[in-house]
This record gives sequence, structure tokens and C-alpha cells, in this order.
Amino acid sequence: MSISLTTPAAPAAAARRTPVVARPVGVLADIGNVLVRELQPVLRQPASVLFAMVQPLVFLGLFAPLLPDTGDGSALQWFVPGIVAMTALMSASFTGANLSEEIVSGSFERLLVSPVRRSSLMIGKALREMVPLVLQTIIIVAVATPFGFDLHVGGILVGMALLVPFSVGLGALSLALAVAAKEQAWVFWTVQQTVIFPLLLLAGVLLPLDGAPGWLRTASDVNPLTHIVEAERALFAGSFPGETVLYGAIASLVVGVLGLWVGVRRMNRAS
Amino acid sequence: MENNTTHGPVIRTVGLTRHFTRGKQTIEAVRGLDLEVAAGELVAFLGPNGAGKSTTLRMLTTLIAPTSGSATVAGHDVVRERAAVRRSIGYVGQGNAAGHQFRGRDEIMCQARAHGLSRSDARRRTDELLEAFDLAEHADRPVAQLSGGQRRRLDVAIGLVQEPPILFLDEPSTGLDPQNRVNLQEQVRRLNADLGTTIVLTTHYLEEADALAGRVIVIDHGEVIADDSAAALKSALGDLVALSFASPDAAVAAAARADRVPGAQVVVDGARVELRAAHGRDTAPGLVTDLAAAGTPVTRIEVVGPTLDDVFLNLTGRSLRENQSTTTEGAAA
Ligand SMILES: Nc1ncnc2c1ncn2[C@@H]1O[C@H](COP(=O)(O)OP(=O)(O)OP(=O)(O)O)[C@@H](O)[C@H]1O
Ligand SMILES: [Mg+2]
Repeated sequence: MSISLTTPAAPAAAARRTPVVARPVGVLADIGNVLVRELQPVLRQPASVLFAMVQPLVFLGLFAPLLPDTGDGSALQWFVPGIVAMTALMSASFTGANLSEEIVSGSFERLLVSPVRRSSLMIGKALREMVPLVLQTIIIVAVATPFGFDLHVGGILVGMALLVPFSVGLGALSLALAVAAKEQAWVFWTVQQTVIFPLLLLAGVLLPLDGAPGWLRTASDVNPLTHIVEAERALFAGSFPGETVLYGAIASLVVGVLGLWVGVRRMNRAS
Repeated sequence: MENNTTHGPVIRTVGLTRHFTRGKQTIEAVRGLDLEVAAGELVAFLGPNGAGKSTTLRMLTTLIAPTSGSATVAGHDVVRERAAVRRSIGYVGQGNAAGHQFRGRDEIMCQARAHGLSRSDARRRTDELLEAFDLAEHADRPVAQLSGGQRRRLDVAIGLVQEPPILFLDEPSTGLDPQNRVNLQEQVRRLNADLGTTIVLTTHYLEEADALAGRVIVIDHGEVIADDSAAALKSALGDLVALSFASPDAAVAAAARADRVPGAQVVVDGARVELRAAHGRDTAPGLVTDLAAAGTPVTRIEVVGPTLDDVFLNLTGRSLRENQSTTTEGAAA
């Protein structure tokens, strides 16, 4: 096959058979290409989705037994939807770390010079977050159900759909942060950690905020994750309170739209 | 393919300038570059570290905007018509084109699809490139596990996927063994000869520039200091012929004879004579015979072609490593 090994002066691959016909690529195909690329490492190494789950699963194991049983159901029923939201938060906010790696290695530069639209690059990368979201939710529910978590498949499916815009928007923000912090990787982690934990605590994922002082309640009310978690709790319990779900959906969409808008803008200026 | 060989320059820069400001410090990476590259040319940017080669390529490939001045590539402005420029070019950067957590095959496929090749064409093209760069057996391993040279070949393969009319290669041969270096040079030459691809590449090695490019542009401190054929640059410098003798006396006697070689500069250093002359490698055998006949036989001979450092010394009067009088640049490709 490889003539090049024996005669360097006349290397192999003299025969170039494929005429290269490059056609214009539509926006959707563009996004699809990026998404397919992003999913390859996930599909080849599905265990990688566990990485962002370690902390939430530890919290599930350590916190759930501590929570007092409320009258209307087990502590798990209250805790699991929050943990699902927390996993989405972790996973999406980590996504920029992959991009940081690509910025350092040089593959991001190659994509920036390619004909892929910058917006497609951002959207495709952010959409990738849907896959870990689904896999992680399945794992958490599978872990919790034997311990008395009451399974409502319909509610969980709606809950996951409700989380998608949030997840994608947060992923886009994380990617934008990675692009902005391209020369100092530590900036990425500092900002990520500084933002994630207050969001998490203020949303009442780990502890109920019922007895919190007024200012904390206000801070919690403007946190989109609060409304998302409340909607998730209702949906995972098999109920469908219109207003709660609507607020949750709005909060999720706001993060989604804002995240993609910021992300695409940042990506357009990336170098 | 669609090579408009008859039109004007495919790359044109006018006063192309790029500064980087970091705190109070301003680095003038590229200073007022005026350049024209015609369709089908194969040009090498030759220059030391920090000369501004990559910065120039990054402006021409739309990655960064010029501070001032302008450039067109394939007739499109690199600031105002970035998308059109990107569709006309291939680029192999100084870093790795293939993401480390991906597989080589997937990355080539992805690039092909991004350029609008159909799925089956993309697959065939990927196989061709894997074969051309001797990568078939590494194609399905994570890029992170490949050796530096294997990764570099993959980078180049990715850059060639769409057979771009204009190709930019930033130090394509870094990390390649001699075998693969020759293969790469062959691929580059073939692209240029068979498809008329306009190619701009950067290198630190005069030998490599000579082996590949018809035209060498020497860049230093962000400015062009020479723009000529490699042959012309080299012949202006000549080869260095180093002769050793049994004793310093023999060396002095031999130096007198060596001085008669036309255009030769001769330096005696102990029992060594260094002679720099155009076509030194052609005159050396005759000289050795001469000296033996004259009773001062040569005990050791070394012939070295000019290096980037010699080009610099000649053009700027200073060595690349300013405070050292000589450097020992490794023999290139
Ligand atoms: N992003 C940046 N920020 C600040 N300075 C930069 C940046 N990129 C390049 N420079 C500076 O600009 C100058 C030119 O750099 P460039 O990368 O173009 O050199 P080069 O000729 O490619 O060198 P090498 O042979 O080492 O690759 C250097 O002094 C470098 O430090
Ligand atoms: Mg460089």
C-alpha cells in the first residue's frame, strides 16, 4: 500500500480520486455538523457524562437521609428534582472547559477559520448539553426509585423538556466565558464557581428557603433556577400546577434566549 | 479546478499592521506589510521566533483584524468579507487542528462536511488523506494518544480536505521526522503543481524554504527584509567550507591557496580554515586535491549550506542571537 515508506521521493497517494465538490452548507446542516462533532466524545465515552454528576450524586446520598419527612411524601420526592436541576447546572456550566481545551490545543482556531457560521458553532456546541441532561436524569431517577422515589414518567418528561432551554442557555454562557477568558484558564473556573454556588443555594435546591430573611427571599425570587426547581418539583410529583410550570418555563426560556444571544455575540468576536 | 490563474494577485496587503497591547506595553508584531502573491505561487515566510509570521497569517485568515492597513485574499477583504475569505482558504495553524478528545477520522470528516462535501465524498476524501499522510492505522484512536508528528500530519490532512485554491500553512513540518518531512514537501509541491493551489507557508529553515518554495520572504521584527528566490538568497551567501589541517602552519599555507577561489572569504582559526564562497560545495573537491598536491593535506572537511542565521547576518549585519557571535542552528530538513 504505502509506497512512501520505501521511496520517499515518490510517496503514496498519487492517486487522488475524489473530485472535491464543496456545496454551500445551510444553517441547519451547519449546526448539525457541529452538534455531531460535539457528541462524538460523549457517545464514544458515555461515562464522561458522569463527571459532572459526581457532586450531585454525593449530595443525593448525603443530604437526602438528613431531610425531615414532610407530610405529603418522602424527602426524596422533594430532593430529586432539585438534584436533577443541579446536575443540569453543573454539566452545562462545565461545558466551556472543553472549549478551553480546544482553544489551547488549536482546534478551535481551525473551526473559526472554517466556513462554519460562528452562530452555528455556538448553537451546536450549546445544544450538546441536551444529551447529558437526558442521560443524567435517567441515572438519577434510576438511583432514587428503589429508595422510595415515586416515579411519574410523564411529569419527568415534561420536566426534562422544561430544563432544555436553561441547559442550552447556560451552556452557551459557559462557552462565551471560555472564549472571553481564553488566555487565562483560571478565570474560567473562578467565575464558574463564583456563579454556580450562589445560584444553587438561592434556588433552594439543597435546603428549603421557607424560613429565610427577606433579602434572601428577594434574591431567590430573581434567581431563574428557583422557579425552574419549583416547576420541576411539581412535575416530578406528577402534578401540573399551571402557574408554577409557566413561571418555570419562562425562567428557563429567559436563560436560554439570553445565553444564546450573549454566546453568539461573543463567538462572533472570537479570535 | 477553479483556478483563475490569469487574474491579478490572490493575496494583496497594503500597509498591513498589527499591534498587541498588553498593559502598558505595545508589541508591534507586524509593521506595514506590503505584499502581493500571484495565483499559483508557492511562497515561504522565513523568520525567527516572534518575527510576525503567525500574526500575518492570522490576519490573512480572518482570525484577527489588522490594527491598520488592509488585505484581500481571493479578492475578498479580510475584515469586511470574512465569510467569503474563509470559503476560499485552507489553514493549518501552528497549534493542532484536531481536537484532542476526538478521533482523527472524525475530525477530517467533520471538516469535509463543514465545507459542504456530501457524506460519501467526505468519507472517500477522508480515506484518501489518511492514506496520503500514512495515518490510516491511527485514525480511530483519540488524538490525544497520537505522537506529535502523527498529530501534525493529521493537522495538515484536515487543512487539505476541501482542496482550497489558497492554502496557509504555519510551520507545517514542526515535529516531523525526515521521512515525513519529505512526504509533506511532496504533497505540498503536488498541490501547487497539479491543482495550481496558491500556498503560503512559514518556516524557520532556509533549507526547507529552498526545497519547497519558489519565493522566500524573509521577515524580521514585523517587516519584510528580503523577498527573493531561495536560490538567490543562498547564492548571495554561499556555502561554508570548513577545512582542518595537521598544524596551524599548514592552515596558514592552505589559506593562501584558498584565497584564490573566486569570491571567497577566508578565515583562519588555529589549524582550521573556514571558507565561504558561492557554490562552495562544488569547488571544495578541487580545492582538497589542490591542497594535497601542495603538501598541506586536508585532515577533515565539512560543508554546510547557509542557514537562516547566515541570511540574517548578511541582511541585517547581526546574528539572530544578538549577544552571541555565532549560533549552531540544527541542520534543517
Ligand atoms: N495574542 C497576542 N498577544 C500579545 N502579543 C502577541 C500575541 N500574538 C503574538 N504576539 C507577539 O507578536 C510578535 C509576533 O508573534 P508571531 O506569533 O507572529 O511570531 P512568529 O513569527 O509566528 O514566531 P514563531 O516562529 O515563534 O512562531 C511576538 O513578539 C509575540 O509575542
Ligand atoms: Mg508562529
